[in-house]
Order: sequence, then C-alpha cells, then structure tokens
Amino acid sequence: MNFVYEKLMGGKQGLLGFVLLAALILVIMPMFFDIFRLNLIGKYLTYAFAAVSLVLLWGYGGILSLGQGVFFGLGGYGMAMFLKLEASSPENTKIQSTPGIPDFMDWNQITELPWFWVPFESFTLTIIAILTLPALFAYIIGKAMFTRRVGGVYFAIITQVIAVILTILIVGQQGFTGGINGITDLRTLNGWDITSDSAKYFFYFLNAGLLLTVIVISRFILTSKFGSLLLAMRDKEDRVRFSGYDVAHFKIFIFSFAAMISAIGGAMFTLQVGFMSPSFVGIVPSIEMVIFAAVGGRISLIGAVYGTLMINAGKTAFSESFPELWLFLMGGLFISVVMFFPNGLAGLWNDYAPRVFPFLKEKAKTKDVPPVVTDETGKGTV
Amino acid sequence: MDTNTNFTLAIEDLTVSFDGFKAVDALNFYLDKNELHVVIGPNGAGKTTVLDLICGKTKSTEGSIKFLNKELTKMAEHEIVRAGVGRKFQTPSIYENLSVLENLEISYPYGRGVYGSLTFKRNKTVLDKIHEIAKQIMLDDALDTEAGLLSHGQKQWLEIGMLLIQDPQLLMLDEPVAGMSVKEREQTAELLNKISEGRSVLVIEHDMEFVERIADKVTVLHQGKILATGDMETVQNDPKVIEVYLGH
Repeated sequence: MNFVYEKLMGGKQGLLGFVLLAALILVIMPMFFDIFRLNLIGKYLTYAFAAVSLVLLWGYGGILSLGQGVFFGLGGYGMAMFLKLEASSPENTKIQSTPGIPDFMDWNQITELPWFWVPFESFTLTIIAILTLPALFAYIIGKAMFTRRVGGVYFAIITQVIAVILTILIVGQQGFTGGINGITDLRTLNGWDITSDSAKYFFYFLNAGLLLTVIVISRFILTSKFGSLLLAMRDKEDRVRFSGYDVAHFKIFIFSFAAMISAIGGAMFTLQVGFMSPSFVGIVPSIEMVIFAAVGGRISLIGAVYGTLMINAGKTAFSESFPELWLFLMGGLFISVVMFFPNGLAGLWNDYAPRVFPFLKEKAKTKDVPPVVTDETGKGTV
Repeated sequence: MDTNTNFTLAIEDLTVSFDGFKAVDALNFYLDKNELHVVIGPNGAGKTTVLDLICGKTKSTEGSIKFLNKELTKMAEHEIVRAGVGRKFQTPSIYENLSVLENLEISYPYGRGVYGSLTFKRNKTVLDKIHEIAKQIMLDDALDTEAGLLSHGQKQWLEIGMLLIQDPQLLMLDEPVAGMSVKEREQTAELLNKISEGRSVLVIEHDMEFVERIADKVTVLHQGKILATGDMETVQNDPKVIEVYLGH
C-alpha cells in the first residue's frame, strides 16, 4: 500500500492531483459534454501522451526533443494502416483496378500490397508494431546520438530534422503512404464501426485510462533512483558519468520510453479522429507538443495534461472566431510562460494551492524542482 | 612485455597534445599504495590535465596509465570509475537540486544500470552507509538539505563524500580547499588525513600551508613535465622549483 502511495502516486499532493485529473476526465467531462465535444477532448488527450513524454525527456532529463511528432505519427500511422487495410476489403474496393489494396495505392498504379504493409493485416501485430517500432526507431537515433555525446541544441535540431525528413518521405511516397492527404476513410475496427457513438465513447475512456496508466508508470520511473539520475544528468552530466554511470544508456532508455508513450497517443488519435496525415508528424505539431508541456509545467506529469487541454481548447475557441490571432496568442502565451511562470500551470498550483487549501501545506515537502537553468552550452534552454 | 608493477598508479611516457601544444609531455609518475601525493605547479603546468587523463575525460596521445596494473587509457569513463578511481572536480560538482542524502544515494555504487536504477531500494544497508559517510564529511545534520543551499566548503565536502561512498582505491582531488575559510581548511586537512588511510590519494593544490599539512610526497609540475619530486622540504629547497614557482 505504501508502495502504491509513495511510488506510484507521489505522496499526498501527487495523489490529490491524480484523483482530480482522473475525476475530471473520467467523470466530469463525460457528464457535461456531448459526444462531439467529448471526442474533441479525447483528441486533445492523445496529444497529452506526447506532452507527458516530454516531461520525462525534457523536464527531467534535460533532453529537448523537437521531434515527438515523429513518434506520435508513427504510432498513428501504424493504427491507420491496420484500419485502412480493413476498410479496403476486396468487396469494398471492387471498382479499383486492383481490388483489395488501399485506394491511394490503386490511384498510384501500385498493383500489390507492399511488404511492409502486410503485417498490419493482423491486429495483434499492429499493436506490437505500435508499441515497439517507434521505440526501436528512438533507440537507434538515441544510440547514434547519445553515445557520441550529442546533446542540447544539437540534439534538438537533429530531432527536428528527422521530423522534416519523415514528413517529406511520407508526402513523397504517396503510393505507399497516402501522401499529403494521409490515410483517410477509415471505417471499422474488427468489424466495429469506429464512427459510431458507442465506439467514440469506448475510445474516449480507453484513451483516458491509458493516459492515467502512463502517468502512473512515469511516476514510478521518476520516484525511483532513475528519476533522481535524470535530474542529476540534467544538471551535472559529468558528475554522473564520473560516478560510474554510463550516461548514454539512461538517455537512450528514456528517449525510447518517451517515443513509446507518444506512439500510443498517436494510435489513439487515429482511432478517435478517424484519419492520420503528415500534418501531425512535422515540425509544427512537434513544437506544439513542447509548448503543451511547457505551459503545463515541464516538471509535472499532470500539469502537462492540463497544459495540453488548455491550449487546445483555446486553439479551438479562438481559431473559430479569430484564426489569424490564435498563432500570436499562442506565441505570447509561450513567451509569458518562459518569462513569468517558468514552472507553468503546475508551478502556479504548487505556489497558490497550499494557501487556498491549508491541508496541503503540512506535507508540501514533495520535491520542488527548479526549472532548467541555462548553462553555457545552451542545454535545457527553450 | 610484462610491465606490471606494485604501484597503485603507474604513468609512463604519458603525452597529450592539443593542436601541437604538449600539455603533458612524456610524463612518468608513480603513486604508491596508501600514499597521499600532492601535485603543485604554476598555472598551465598541466596538473588538471593529468587528472583528466587518468579519469578518462581527456584521451592521451601517447603513453600508458596503469591503475592496479589495469590499462586505463582504453577504458570509458564509467569503467574507470568502476575500477576504483574517484575524481573530484575543481569547482564543486554536486547535484544542487537534490538533497544531500540523494546526492550520496546516487553515488552509492549499486544499481548503476538502467534496470538496476529502476529497482533500486533505499534499504538499511544503503542508509547506514550514507549516514556513516555523512558523519565523516560533517554533514550528518544536513542530510535533508537541498545541496544547493550548502556553503561552498560544505559543497566541497559533499563531493568528497560522494566519492568516498564508492570506496575508491585511488582518490583524486582537484583543489579541494579552494575558496574555503581557514577553519574549513583545517577540517578538510583532518578529513583528508583520515580518508587517506587504506587508499591512495592524489591532490592538486595551490595553498602551500595546506600542502605541508597533508602531503607524504610532493611533485612539482612545470610545462607538462616533472620538475621535482620528493618530500615537502626537498622540493621547497630545490633551486629549479624556487626559480619557476616558489620564488615569485
């Protein structure tokens, strides 16, 4: 019991924050929103996976990845490929010159299903692919970068370049990937209509449950010695190395884990939104994910979820009425976060909540981690 | 060829050049078991570079460094640490955002892999060891203090403690009393004399009074080469040393 309380929930404040979040997304939102709005919130919550992954990677590890969209996209494409194949049964596609393959392949004169699409005919293999391939990709990037001690802004730039490369690849290989339009017209999951209200409710709750599970697992990692090591590496990498740790291993692990989380978010995105396109892979979504984490508080797993919800709700509300203004507003918000409340929403909560709710005060000993400090290499800066 | 020795540390023909500039030039240096050896020398003499070479931070151009007859020049930094070499940096290098206890815990030589660190438990053995070390470095009252709030001297001690908890056979300290008050210097000298029992210690220091208090042996380094070696008195009276260093 103590293990659950301390390690998974993070003590009194952590538990309270977790319960509030769970109540909000599992009870309050489904009670007050219709399925259209709820589905929209479900979509935002899929971005929260990436934001949580950035809390681990950037907030604690000091590794700024501007390419989480890559892993989000890989997860999303994995799920989309499965759904597309199911939607492209020979009966559904009998008007094509090659029935049984996705429509965009037929338009691009491809007459046979490419080999890398074949495993996605199986749901089990698809799930395995979503959980392992993005993590494996991150492992390879991490191995190449971290063992060569590439870090800081250089790492950020490289992840950004990877996001660009992947986008160009997806757009360019239209016959294999659906190109700029992405993979659209997804209908059923094992025969179950994913656009039906019941499916939307199911996916919403599945998504919320997975997100909460990811937060609990992440909390376990952060409260273990691994978590302290992440902070230690962020601030004094050399000291960690000269204390007998192979720093690269730790970075590779957390980068791969962050990739896996993002990929789960991507897969849930496809299920709830019903399509996947390169516009969720590139630089802009990747940077937006960093902003979600920053606004929420880059050292707070739960704050990252609120940050994501707030920004996306704002985006939807404002871009409906003032589409041009929204980008300026988001830029302004990001600047004010960096300048005035560097610990984001979570920082505000930690500063003011104990005043409003005095019972939090007694054990406000939960670690208060200061924000990333800029050092001479620019590591950890925004 | 068998080049094994009885020395804890045997450095032979060690050279490192940065773009042709030889920071350390064909250096031969031996450190006995349980010896406390201080390296002095003017700025730019290559003192810190020697420590960097031993702990693997800088790769040598030529020569060999043998620690307990293990060749260090080919090993990665963390392997060198695991072999039993601990190094303190010139400016206190501690984790300012973590508590003193966590600083020591991270340095505890167990659970050093990814999996090991995830399953690491703060059990009694670990806590006992942490308390023992904290007492030695005079920080047993400050275990829950955030390390960033410690005084400069205490930070230096904490870093020494972080090395001690790993029980290294060779302890290397780069200017351990820099920036310390007189009282802290005395306490540090006492601490060093205590911890040098059962291990070899290599210290770089400028403060001659402090050197006198702790050193078994002193080596003067100048332009990457050894100028003189011996006990404090011999070195102080060496005319070459007086000329380049002490005379100023």
